[in-house]
Amino acid sequence: MLRLENISYYTIENGEKKYILRDINLSFDYGKFYAITGPNGSGKTTLAKIIMGIIKPSAGRVFLDDIDITEKDVDQRANLGVSYAFQTPVTFKGLKVSDLMNIVCKEKNIAKLCEYLSSVGLCAREYINRKVDKNLSGGELKRIELAMVLAKNGKINIFDEPEAGIDLWSFEKLTQVFSSLSSASNIIISHQKKILEICDKVIILKNGKVDKQGNFCDLKHEVCNDGCAKLRGDDERN
Amino acid sequence: MTDVRSCEAMMNEIEKALLEKISNLHKIPSGAFSIRRNGKLLKKSSTTDIDIEQKQDGSGIDVFVKPNVKNKSLHMPVIITLGGLNDLVYNSFYIGENADVTIIAGCGIHNSTCNNSQHNGVHTFHLAKSSKLKYIETHVGEGDGVGAKILNPTTNIFMAENSQMEIETIQIEGVTSTLRETNAELQNGAKLLINEKLLTCDKQRAKTNFKVSLLGRDSKVEIVSRSVAKESSFQEFRSNLIGKNSCFGHVECDGIVLDKARVISIPKIDAQNCEASLVHEAAIGKIAGDEIVKLMTLGLGRKQAEDVIINSFLLN
Repeated sequence: MLRLENISYYTIENGEKKYILRDINLSFDYGKFYAITGPNGSGKTTLAKIIMGIIKPSAGRVFLDDIDITEKDVDQRANLGVSYAFQTPVTFKGLKVSDLMNIVCKEKNIAKLCEYLSSVGLCAREYINRKVDKNLSGGELKRIELAMVLAKNGKINIFDEPEAGIDLWSFEKLTQVFSSLSSASNIIISHQKKILEICDKVIILKNGKVDKQGNFCDLKHEVCNDGCAKLRGDDERN
Repeated sequence: MTDVRSCEAMMNEIEKALLEKISNLHKIPSGAFSIRRNGKLLKKSSTTDIDIEQKQDGSGIDVFVKPNVKNKSLHMPVIITLGGLNDLVYNSFYIGENADVTIIAGCGIHNSTCNNSQHNGVHTFHLAKSSKLKYIETHVGEGDGVGAKILNPTTNIFMAENSQMEIETIQIEGVTSTLRETNAELQNGAKLLINEKLLTCDKQRAKTNFKVSLLGRDSKVEIVSRSVAKESSFQEFRSNLIGKNSCFGHVECDGIVLDKARVISIPKIDAQNCEASLVHEAAIGKIAGDEIVKLMTLGLGRKQAEDVIINSFLLN
């Protein structure tokens, strides 16, 4: 189980603390899917990065299986079973899909690597030797991110807006990918109703705080109809 | 075969190891080859398709590839294991019409003395009409002596109509100082592709100068330089593309700079014809932080992540 205890994160602007996250207390059980949603700027990605260890919290502790991992670096957490599919996938100059997959894949055989790529809708033969660079589309990069999480087979999987850019694929396929990870604790940052619906619990962040949490049915009015638009912050931009 | 065996017997283990590093050869090749050791020709071997002759003044060799010869290769490594040697060689290559061949060259210096060792190789290529040449050049420096390992290759290229040449040059650490000069002239429809990979560390210095004159219509050059400068090393990259016709030229200089190293890129593009299209791109900087973080999320430590990024940047 992953547990966040009194997590706060702030930056200093003009000599004053600006809170991105304030006093977050959450726990994530194995075998469950959690959706984190909320308006733009509510702290969702910051929270994901704190779990992964990319950002150190200003206050609070992170526990994995009751072990305090707050001081552990990103790679140590990765090796303890935390995986993170980035919102904006990173590109490289020279690294190939096979290089990345070989880093994460415990089974060092090409058939297994190809299986992971195929399950995210990428033709393995075509992609395994492609470079992970800007010649790949946003959707292709997102799917490679998903394939890496699948290959890593971690205990805690964080997906930051996994649906972005995969329109040509389908939500149905995406949910199939998620179902293959059902023994882990899966945390999905999303605004999409279809994703929120399949989650066991929906957590709404607002202004860096947990505003509400519960199952989708209970929070339907918050996150659906105009709710989803509100969560994305569309009405603020318009 | 007797000659080859006696030639192998003349090489010590250090020389054999160098030979393997620069030309991926475990032994003397069976086809056309020319091996230069410590400033002298050790052995050369011609075939019916590729003729190798020593220049009359003894300054180097002339290589003649007959027209229409396909899928043949020539190995011509240079190995230096003596300190205090300043080797200068002039080699000329004549690639016949419609030929399609590969030349694997390179120089390895093993210097365990306190005196400098230096190799200056001047290679001049004449590509006849519609010929194709792939030229691979690897440079290696090693040995624990304080004497410098200096390599200064000069490559002159004359490309006739519709000829094609692809150059891969690789220098990964070990060479104290290098000045790499490449000059090319391209006639109608000629295409030149150059991939340079360079890694310097310690206090090593590497300077690269490319001058390419696109003389003919539809001539094309593509130069991609990828370099990594570590510690207190210094690199300077200069390119000069001259477009005198309807032509295309593209130079990409991509560098990673680490520690206290310094990299300079100086582009020059000179369009002397309104149909010339010349492009220069240069990007030099440290390894992007998000690349390291991404690999760390996959379980690699920071140093491991850096090494993976550098290796794939240079070698993929």
